[in-house]
Amino acid sequence: MLVVGIKSRPVYSGLAIDTHAPRHLFALEGEGAMALADQVAAVGRDFLATSEILYVARGAENHAAALAELKPFDLWTAPTIPILLYRLKATLISAKMGARFYVSGTEGFIGQAMQVAIENGIDFNSIRTEHRGSMARRVQCVHCKGVTDNVTTQPCTCSHCGLTLLVRDHYSRRIAAFQGVCIDAEEPGTAPAPEVLFP
Amino acid sequence: MNIKFRQETFRGDFTFANSPDTIRRFPFPFNEDSYMYSVNMEPHVKGAPGTAFDSLIDVDEHYISEMHDRALVLKEDPLRCQALPHMMTSQWDTLELLMEQQAAGYPEHFSLARDGDNWRWINKPIGIDQKFVFGDASTLPQEPFEYITRQAQGDFCIVDQRNNNLWMDAGMVTTQADWSLDFDIGMNFMEWHGPVPLAHQLGVFERALKFLLNLQQGKPVRRLNWTMTINPRLDTSPENYHKWGPDRATVTPENVGSKVHLRCELQSLWRLPRSNAILFVIRCYLIKMEELVTVPKWGRRFHRVLRDLPPELVDYKGLTRYRPTTVEWLSIYDDGKPTSSGIFPD
Repeated sequence: MLVVGIKSRPVYSGLAIDTHAPRHLFALEGEGAMALADQVAAVGRDFLATSEILYVARGAENHAAALAELKPFDLWTAPTIPILLYRLKATLISAKMGARFYVSGTEGFIGQAMQVAIENGIDFNSIRTEHRGSMARRVQCVHCKGVTDNVTTQPCTCSHCGLTLLVRDHYSRRIAAFQGVCIDAEEPGTAPAPEVLFP
Repeated sequence: MNIKFRQETFRGDFTFANSPDTIRRFPFPFNEDSYMYSVNMEPHVKGAPGTAFDSLIDVDEHYISEMHDRALVLKEDPLRCQALPHMMTSQWDTLELLMEQQAAGYPEHFSLARDGDNWRWINKPIGIDQKFVFGDASTLPQEPFEYITRQAQGDFCIVDQRNNNLWMDAGMVTTQADWSLDFDIGMNFMEWHGPVPLAHQLGVFERALKFLLNLQQGKPVRRLNWTMTINPRLDTSPENYHKWGPDRATVTPENVGSKVHLRCELQSLWRLPRSNAILFVIRCYLIKMEELVTVPKWGRRFHRVLRDLPPELVDYKGLTRYRPTTVEWLSIYDDGKPTSSGIFPD
């Protein structure tokens, strides 16, 4: 049912600190904090002095204190993702040439942070990303265009129009979402029961 | 040649049909008795009179009704026509190309007069006489791309070329085989072809991209693609899939001939002169099974192609529900005789 291997599906190849960059900007969500901690273990602490971290907690554990212990140049914690994205935009507007942008967390968060970055002139290829935490997806209903966050099941229900959607692997960076298509369009009422596919 | 335009519908009562001459000029997409993806591109040059290659931007008897259907789609969903902000130069390139080609191919229906940047475009079938300044969007009722593609058959995408890739950065897409411009706009060549099965593994897209990156101005190329559609519906968009999807469950042995359509896309690709973008024209042709089998070679061949189609393609093209019934119906028109090579009727 879910065709895998679709080329538009993003690949997150890891944070990999760019040690030549004069400034580092991190947008981290939930378990994404641990991706940064792993980089400190791998390449040392030098880059922290020129690092600005924007963090939003998610899930059971709040890693804000652990990030503070790393003593970065700046650490700012947001109460919710939209607040973090708003601050991110302000930070990017004043960012200087050579600054390196890193994002880690769930796919929905990575997608939205990249969306802000792309809208502010950053080439998406230059952004270093690492998926941590839940497999939940952001899904756009192709019918009503509404976006549903934190989708864990296949199929899912569009939170806007109520259609039962097949979550595809086809992904749009511009919308920062996977595509959802009505699963029982040809024979309404025959949608299979939802299964947790993206825990 | 004066075209006698038909008044017909592609929704509701579905009065669309092809006249006998239009059946003969259908761009039948199979040059042999089986089908698999390939980089089947060839120079887009004029073909014989009485074929769909008679003019490089083809206008046929369905022109007025297709343009009316497009207007209905846009009224309901304006996002079917979008252009990213950096595409304005390519919008003008497209307007120029389509006006020039339509005026050259059908002087009795279209004319373009130019005095420097002061242009006058006359479209008699739709009843338009427009004076405008080329390069000044404020002198047209819509942006140039939307303006001209409301007056040209087929879907249109403008792909920008940068970073050794092609980017889907503008489109007018109302007659599509189940893909969403609104979702795909901004994607690169590999990404927007992401959902197509098998072809990636065959290396088709890598070769096609390499070829297209080197496309030259004045040397357009074309390929044929195909799928099938139940009822002569142009707007088989994913946006409206929940509305047209149920049609696929309505095919019976009695209605195959009139309900099941072969849908051919004559895709042509043109390097644009100012923007260096590529105009990708996806011109859709529909033919009913009962029309198709009036050409014996096509009846025989399509039966064999559909019968032997790889399962991945059956699934991707959405043929699963009605293929067996259609193959059975077509088998009556396949006497087992060999078919001649090439796509044209004998």
